[in-house]
Amino acid sequence: MFDDTHDAWTDRLSEYVDGELDAAERAALDVHLQVCPACARTVTELRAVAARAAELTSPAPAEDLWPGIAGRLAAPERGAEPRAWRPVLDLAAWRERSAATASRRWSFTLPQLAAAAVLLVVLSSLSAWWTFSRRPVVPTATPTPGTTQAASFETARYEVTIAELERVLREHRGELDPATVQIIERNLNIIDAATEQARRALAADPSSPYLNGHLATQLRRKVTLLRQATAMVAAYGS
Amino acid sequence: MEPHPRQTSADGAPEPAPQAGDLRDAALAAAGDKHAFERLYRAHVGRIHGLVRRMLGADEATEVTQDVFVRAWQKLGTFRGESAFGTWLHRVAVNVVLTRRAELGTRRDRFVQDDTVLAALPDRPGGRETSLDFESAIDRLPPGARAIFVLHDVEGYRHEEIAGLMSISSGTSKAQLHRARMLLRRHLGD
Repeated sequence: MFDDTHDAWTDRLSEYVDGELDAAERAALDVHLQVCPACARTVTELRAVAARAAELTSPAPAEDLWPGIAGRLAAPERGAEPRAWRPVLDLAAWRERSAATASRRWSFTLPQLAAAAVLLVVLSSLSAWWTFSRRPVVPTATPTPGTTQAASFETARYEVTIAELERVLREHRGELDPATVQIIERNLNIIDAATEQARRALAADPSSPYLNGHLATQLRRKVTLLRQATAMVAAYGS
Repeated sequence: MEPHPRQTSADGAPEPAPQAGDLRDAALAAAGDKHAFERLYRAHVGRIHGLVRRMLGADEATEVTQDVFVRAWQKLGTFRGESAFGTWLHRVAVNVVLTRRAELGTRRDRFVQDDTVLAALPDRPGGRETSLDFESAIDRLPPGARAIFVLHDVEGYRHEEIAGLMSISSGTSKAQLHRARMLLRRHLGD
């Protein structure tokens, strides 16, 4: 029943099943299996075990574990995060300060506002022009699902931060000088237009690393502007 | 090396492409939104609980599954979206499980030869074994062989990945997998 190679193969049948033997070993074992019913039967059983394991399902546990988790959640660690992803402000402390000095207003000097506005307009306009007029000649890396997904996640993170900052500004815009608010909103509109343009281009070419990067750049600019605006309120309250 | 665990849902079907909802919820959770994190928990708890239960046993499953999600919450800032959230979470879970195994003293010293643990289970009960019987047989594997069997055959990790995760050689991983399968084949249905 057994040829003289039987003992050499008995511990390697799983490697055979998993396709991990090299071509010469596999050919030799194929020959052995022709003359060894015991090993042939074991191979069949090993395949059945692997197949059964792959079919196992994992239903949710009978007990809801969430209450025990929720009670243990503190603020997530943020040490390894990029600059744009740090907490916007210590909102609790800021609100306390803000409440104590609710009637005061903060404003930029006109030269400061004008300079910031001009810079943002120029940056956004240049960025949009560069993207949509030069894009065909810009070399792009071959997109992969991972890089596209990472870009989507970066976008999602900016959007979360923007939503938080916009909420803060909505709640406290009355504490800023109307002229300051007007300039901030004008520049936000410029960035939003560039962002919308980038989104439309991405809708036609969603895997483009360049367009994903451009959208992220616009969102990053918006975060920067909003962060500066909220910092004004925070600085005023300190 | 980047682990490539098998992507399956609770019903065993291939997991769909990474969902935008997961990415957005991960971003919201990283910003402190516990409701978003609860959605992620509900979407992934079955697979994580299954991994923990098979690796450590039912007695540890509840506590360690909770530990996994607490750890994931703490580490959300390191998630970059380069893989599916489920894949990232699974990697966190494997690390938590292996740490717990080490704490329980079930690491290298449990790779001893102990093939008698399956003796208490009847072979081929009733002629056709159910999935539950197969799960019981997995539970009774020697700990080292069990962990490698679960990671390789259930979760889809490669030997090289398992070797890195468990600080063992690839050859040891292959040998323990073969041992586990040889023990389990007696508990398959006809």
